Amino acid sequence: MAEPIISIDAVSKSFGSFTAVSGLTLAIHRGEFFSLLGASGCGKTTLLRMLAGLEQPSDGRILIDGTDMTGVPPYLRPVNMMFQSYALFPHMTVEQNVAFGLKQENWPKARIRDKVAEMLDLVQMAPFARRRPAQLSGGQRQRVALARSLAKEPKVLLLDEPLAALDKKLREQTRLELVKIQHRVGITFVMVTHDQEEAMTMSSRIAVMKAGAIEQVGTPVDVYEYPTSIFVADFIGTANMFEGVVSRHQPSQVAVACPELERELAVANAPPLPVGAPVKVMVRPEKLVLSRGEPQAQFNWVRGKVADTAYLGGLSTYHIELASGRNLQATQANLKHVDGGGPSPGDELFVAWHPANAVILVQ
Amino acid sequence: MILPLLLALGYAFLYLPIVLLVIYSFNASRLVTVWGGLSTKWYGVLVQDAKILDAAWLSLKVAIITASAATVLGTLAAVVLVRFRRFPGRTLFSGMIAAPLVMPEIITGLAMLLLFIAMEQAIGWPAGRSMTTIVIAHITFCLSFVTVVVQSRLVQMDISLEEAALDLGARPAKVFFVITLPLIAPALAAGWLLAFTLSIDDVVISAFVTGPGATTLPIVIFSKVRLGVSPEINALATVVIVVVSLAIVAAGRFLRPRRQD
Repeated sequence: MAEPIISIDAVSKSFGSFTAVSGLTLAIHRGEFFSLLGASGCGKTTLLRMLAGLEQPSDGRILIDGTDMTGVPPYLRPVNMMFQSYALFPHMTVEQNVAFGLKQENWPKARIRDKVAEMLDLVQMAPFARRRPAQLSGGQRQRVALARSLAKEPKVLLLDEPLAALDKKLREQTRLELVKIQHRVGITFVMVTHDQEEAMTMSSRIAVMKAGAIEQVGTPVDVYEYPTSIFVADFIGTANMFEGVVSRHQPSQVAVACPELERELAVANAPPLPVGAPVKVMVRPEKLVLSRGEPQAQFNWVRGKVADTAYLGGLSTYHIELASGRNLQATQANLKHVDGGGPSPGDELFVAWHPANAVILVQ
Repeated sequence: MILPLLLALGYAFLYLPIVLLVIYSFNASRLVTVWGGLSTKWYGVLVQDAKILDAAWLSLKVAIITASAATVLGTLAAVVLVRFRRFPGRTLFSGMIAAPLVMPEIITGLAMLLLFIAMEQAIGWPAGRSMTTIVIAHITFCLSFVTVVVQSRLVQMDISLEEAALDLGARPAKVFFVITLPLIAPALAAGWLLAFTLSIDDVVISAFVTGPGATTLPIVIFSKVRLGVSPEINALATVVIVVVSLAIVAAGRFLRPRRQD
């Protein structure tokens, strides 16, 4: 594999007695749209600011394109950042904002003018070149901030919650647009976000962070379908969890005994675990199959009662209460018109799933 | 009905003395308290009084130099207090900057005088009491006011603007002059005007540190009034009121929050 554009090597950062990032190691590859995903206070923004040079690591080092960035100030780094507040200079026009970085490099005037025009075209802001930030809408400011941070053609663009300040509808449109722009300019994007949907739809890879460390790095499919920790399973999407112990090994699957269920649970593609190991089994809501008749399978089904249903248009969500008191959440696509034939509150039914759709998590 | 009356009373309380003073500056009579008809003759006397004109010119020079120097130093102090959140002696520094705001002027003046005498004996500078000593003393107490005004503006400013400029390749000094300074400029202007008005009407501190040949306007007025108020002083006071009011109005305009985000 080619040399990564960013290598983060055992980096820690403390503020007084608070450790924001602890011993974090990560490689980000050329051309990736990489997301740092986590709840607030998990250290993701601190990590991004260390990449920008706005914070210095307390320990460890960061390499950008093979060069050690220790002690390199932000104005000498080959990266640019798009700030959450956009940080547009209020006393400059859109044009002057975009030209600011180029002026620092003493580009000739004509070249700056061409580049600014090109960037404003890229984000479709050319008609607003002479306006000041105060005269723009939130979405327009976001575009200007993007153009300004891309103008210097950095090796990496750092985005701090780029969509957080937009309203919901605009946010969804802008997701796709950002990805399109990233493809067009071919620059590595590293984005910080707390919105898992945003990370899933935009990124090529995601690092899920918790308490200053990385819980899991992988493609959106990896982190959703094959979470490696209970935290990731819970943080990304909705997870139905069962607690149990490994009871036996079978040729292509592992069986887990779960005291609260009548049947054993079977999990395919499970890691090798000793019999008796306490584990959790996770199944996503859309992997659950609801039926009125008792399933014939030996594994992976349970009897329950519909407690609640929510019709969401394309999907319906069912909350199913088990005899043990546990609540499962199941999502079904509404492939046909709902004509009263679907499960309704109070109905007794069976919930089943395929062993390949369950994931074993070690406690 | 009662509210407008109260408002009128309030205004009268604040401004009636000033209005009276302005009216009496147009008094034709030689006696300040006796109305002798409308006249502008005291303004004519005023512009021919070399002593007063010299003092006014000196006061103006002192005020301009003081305001400019206090703005530079006060801004530096504000930047240090807001942007460098931790350094040894910060609490002491911030206390020392604020002290002249609450220190009785008479003590500041006395302390200054003692310092100047001690310095003259020790290093021979400043030689005697002159405009130099007045300016130094005025800068000392004016810079605190500038610091307070600039500090509040800096605190409001989004720090990511400076970070964005650094990120885009501007060095720290350039960031200060191209981003920070233009954005806090209204506070600098307000601070300058505030320092200007404080300096131009100061009597107490000036009285301590002034010497022969360096008499500021307020000191001239004060000494003239002791010999009996002449209508000429009323005319002079009216001119001063007009100048200071203009400065205050301008300062208010600069400080008014502008729509920025």
